[in-house]
Amino acid sequence: MRLTCTVNGTEQQVDDVWEGESLLYVLRERMGLPGSKNACEQGECGSCTVYLDGTPVCSCLVAAGQAEGREVGTVEGMATDEALHPVQQAFLDAGAVQCGFCTPGLLVATDDLVTRSLAAGAPPEDAEIREALAGNLCRCTGYEKILDAVKLAATRMSESAR
Amino acid sequence: MRFLQPTTWAEALEARATHPDAVAIAGGTDVMVGINFGRLRPPLLLDLTRVGELQEWSVDGGDVRLGAGVPYARVITELGDRLPGLAMASRTIGSPQIRNRGTVGGNLATASPAGDAHPALLAADAEVEVASVRGTRRIPVTDFYTGVKRSALAPDELIAAVRIRPPAGPQQYSKIGTRNAMVIAVAAFGLALHPDRGVVGTGIGSAAPTPRRATAAEEFAAEELSGLWESRGELPAATAVRFGELVATAAAPIDDVRGTAAYRVHALSVMARRALTWAWAEYRTAKES
Ligand SMILES: Cc1cc2nc3c(=O)[nH]c(=O)nc-3n(C[C@H](O)[C@H](O)[C@H](O)COP(=O)(O)OP(=O)(O)OC[C@H]3O[C@@H](n4cnc5c(N)ncnc54)[C@H](O)[C@@H]3O)c2cc1C
Ligand code: FES
Ligand code: FES
Repeated sequence: MRLTCTVNGTEQQVDDVWEGESLLYVLRERMGLPGSKNACEQGECGSCTVYLDGTPVCSCLVAAGQAEGREVGTVEGMATDEALHPVQQAFLDAGAVQCGFCTPGLLVATDDLVTRSLAAGAPPEDAEIREALAGNLCRCTGYEKILDAVKLAATRMSESAR
Repeated sequence: MRFLQPTTWAEALEARATHPDAVAIAGGTDVMVGINFGRLRPPLLLDLTRVGELQEWSVDGGDVRLGAGVPYARVITELGDRLPGLAMASRTIGSPQIRNRGTVGGNLATASPAGDAHPALLAADAEVEVASVRGTRRIPVTDFYTGVKRSALAPDELIAAVRIRPPAGPQQYSKIGTRNAMVIAVAAFGLALHPDRGVVGTGIGSAAPTPRRATAAEEFAAEELSGLWESRGELPAATAVRFGELVATAAAPIDDVRGTAAYRVHALSVMARRALTWAWAEYRTAKES
């Protein structure tokens, strides 16, 4: 089947999509966007997290056809030509990236958390961060640096919003 | 494989009737795992995410009518006050990403003994509204689960909604697992006080072939509490203990990788005792309404 959807602001159309295929597969194998990672294909690890109409979801659990006409946001859409996204920069600066496999999913989940928290008026607290990132597994960092990165990103994003 | 994407409920029911071998898909959090791992190869996927009616909830005749396709994340943010037990259960499900997609309708249709919506729905005396081209019927949730991953849903039917009476009293939900997120329950327990009827509702998860009520415990609680609803008197400790024991006797658990049968029985008795104690304490301090 043919699938048309907007990915990172650009309309994409791909043909010959198998109906049982996941959005993750379409992004990686048909649209040349391998940023979202495939680690478990069963919703457990969060490395495939993307925005679907603004909501973070596991793209491995979205059937391709369910994305028809929808807006998808992936890690590839975060940086500009000039600069990394503040969440990406914070992960680098805090040392929250080791092998990097979990990073794309964590960046999307963190961006969502920080954006929501700042919109509600306060940076996220530790418990909120742990809760919001509970669906993103990292086998390298031990999570402490990731918590640091989220807080750093929140600080920088609230300052730049002032 | 084919992919059908009806946009109205009538179209969806028509498609369900015409294609009995189709697999419906809502949040996809059960279906896509099956497809990704090659366990599920339906000739047709029937996507329900474009059917607007399924994505809404409303208040109808005093009941909350929760569309089958409303994701857990919305049950938590929009219905935490009206459906506290179901919202508590929803908070324990998977991860934020899973709660953003997974639905109560999908949980019901999968009918896993470990599904977290079930104990809350049982305790609250919910009804499942199902429909086909033949018409609509309501199934008391107690009669909905017919076996391991089996339900009373007919092959040509879809789940339209769950109907739940907003509670007249406090509700509780407890779940045992290895961490706070991303766990299939080792055992779970839902409780609802119905002071308007002098009834205590219960639901047991992950401790029998199907989700089920603890009928003997419910009868015991109704009797023991009959003199206390009015006065909002203290709950005798022995009553809570006995209630927990009776809940545990309703279970018929197995040993599996997640836990032993003996552990599940013990955990249930503790969860049930605590749930009743907490709910009763909340009932005593709540203002009469
Ligand atoms: C990582 C992960 C963690 C999870 N954690 C939990 C957990 O903690 N607790 C828990 O209970 N579950 C958990 N689950 C299981 C799953 O998320 C739930 O069962 C969820 O409620 C399924 O809903 P869905 O909309 O995603 O269903 P889908 O996968 O879309 O469908 C599930 C089943 O329901 C059928 N169906 C869907 N909607 C309808 C309808 N309206 N009418 C008729 N049939 C329908 C489908 O055909 C299919 O058989 C988890 C799953 C994953 C992947
Ligand atoms: S690959 Fe999707 S959650 Fe792991
Ligand atoms: S950095 Fe390696 S999995 Fe997270």
